[in-house]
Amino acid sequence: MSDLNKLGLADARDLLRKGETTSVELTESCLSAIDAAGALNAFVHRTPELALERARAADTRLAAGDAPAMCGLPIGIKDLFCTKGVDSQAASNILKGFKPEYESTVSQQLQDAGAVMLGKLNMDEFAMGSSNESSAYGDAISPWRRSDDDTPLTPGGSSGGSAAAVAADLCLAATGTDTGGSIRQPAAFTGTVGIKPTYGRCSRWGIVAFASSLDQAGPMTKSVRDAAIMLEAMCGYDAKDSTSANLAVPNFEAMLTGDIKGKKIGIPREYSIDGMPAEISKLWRDGTEMLKSAGADIVDISLPHTKYALPAYYVIAPAEASSNLARYDGVRFGHRASLDAGDGITEMYEKTRAEGFGAEVQRRVMVGTYVLSAGFYDAYYNRARKVRTLIKKDFEDVFAAGIDAILTPTTPSAAFGLGEMNDADPVQMYLNDVFTITVNLAGLPGISVPTGLDAKGLPLGLQLIGKPWDEGDLLNTAYALEQSAGFVAKPARWW
Amino acid sequence: MSIDQSTAAKVAKLARIKVEEDALPALAEEFNTILGFIEQLNEVDVDGVEPMTSVTPQRLARRADVVTDGNQQEKVLTNAPDAREGFFAVPKVVE
Repeated sequence: MSDLNKLGLADARDLLRKGETTSVELTESCLSAIDAAGALNAFVHRTPELALERARAADTRLAAGDAPAMCGLPIGIKDLFCTKGVDSQAASNILKGFKPEYESTVSQQLQDAGAVMLGKLNMDEFAMGSSNESSAYGDAISPWRRSDDDTPLTPGGSSGGSAAAVAADLCLAATGTDTGGSIRQPAAFTGTVGIKPTYGRCSRWGIVAFASSLDQAGPMTKSVRDAAIMLEAMCGYDAKDSTSANLAVPNFEAMLTGDIKGKKIGIPREYSIDGMPAEISKLWRDGTEMLKSAGADIVDISLPHTKYALPAYYVIAPAEASSNLARYDGVRFGHRASLDAGDGITEMYEKTRAEGFGAEVQRRVMVGTYVLSAGFYDAYYNRARKVRTLIKKDFEDVFAAGIDAILTPTTPSAAFGLGEMNDADPVQMYLNDVFTITVNLAGLPGISVPTGLDAKGLPLGLQLIGKPWDEGDLLNTAYALEQSAGFVAKPARWW
Repeated sequence: MSIDQSTAAKVAKLARIKVEEDALPALAEEFNTILGFIEQLNEVDVDGVEPMTSVTPQRLARRADVVTDGNQQEKVLTNAPDAREGFFAVPKVVE
């Protein structure tokens, strides 16, 4: 059987269980696709021997009838996840050569469920970015192109390699992480599905930390059903993460009925921002109609503090990053600068961090240092945390009023060309996350579903935001939207 | 609030990132752009609002204060850029 790499998780699982293919065949198909897709720069560390070894073990389990849902399915892992004995450098030069002695909880759970890791995926350095252009590995390139030119486009970020790899069928699915939109924005840019679960659902242990109060892992997949299958394998209580939620993980796939009759879907008026492209407004209206036709009640709602989410985020996330990234000091792991005669330990720290961190990471670490420094802590950091309380309360109020889920665009535009934002100030790039960032600040689950193409043939996505711990219901609403939208476009192969 | 070059230099020092003298004006300007954006937060009435400490209403989990790990000196040092005789080695700290 050819083109096994083009399958999604659910279809591949079903073929494996029927004995119509093997994990080794699936894995070999993906490895060939990866070898032929160097131009996308999506996989930055390949682990073919390890993959085939795990595939053979999965085939043994399948033959023995011991086959959890992910058993034998080849996936990619974002470089932010520590993987034992395999390079894990968060796309940063400061972690060059770092091979962890341990495995992150999420990647371990996937491995225990039988999933086959094909390698590590490109991303923005330390997950700081919205275009994958801050990576020490160089840009990841989207498999999508505009219909009228060959400009290389961003797959989005920070999980850009994950999005490019899934969209180009280099793997069946991939892990991502999302601090301000880093799963959902790249999913929208590449016509794939990405879900960020409720804060606390996935253990953060072993995932390189960016902003600990916002970071969550999640799956990036080819369908909502695949997202349900993979999310279930990734979730669960972990004593090694003090913010991990000790809650049972439901069978998310079993909750995909497509029945959303009587569900109340909120349309937040504050998300109609100035200058929103007509295509995005139309996409949003169309999506609203789809949910209405499926039997949902559409309700206009207000989330009054929305406009303050981005500025609050750009205090809180850099503050936490400056603290988390203090560990990169050239002592315990990664890069150490070569020193001049007479240099002491302070010079070692300063030179190591100047050489090891890229421009965006340095910028955020310094902004974070500033907002936490004596005299500014109250004015910036504490104020931002108070605003965060208000942003969360906005959502609590609408959910208390009976809203089941909220529909918004995922991004304010389609994917842009690599380098097109070079002359913009950092704030312009930050605006990419205007619709997704509120969800991280409020700790809620959010999912992006591809629902249309723009005039140049590029994919666009809609975001659904759910109640805390209600991923099952959220996935079901997303499933209904996916069925109505019937998005089937794939990028034409040029690589 | 405007950041001048000497403040930018001070922040770089606090963050332990070496910034060359000639890069300071551009850095200060970037800070000002970002902080200008953040200033919007001053429009929000936050009187009586508690600063968020945890996004989900939970206490941090606690465990018994007992040793659960250890005896992994070799593994701990594996990734160190300079490990000697079972220690992390650094430039001289005390004169």
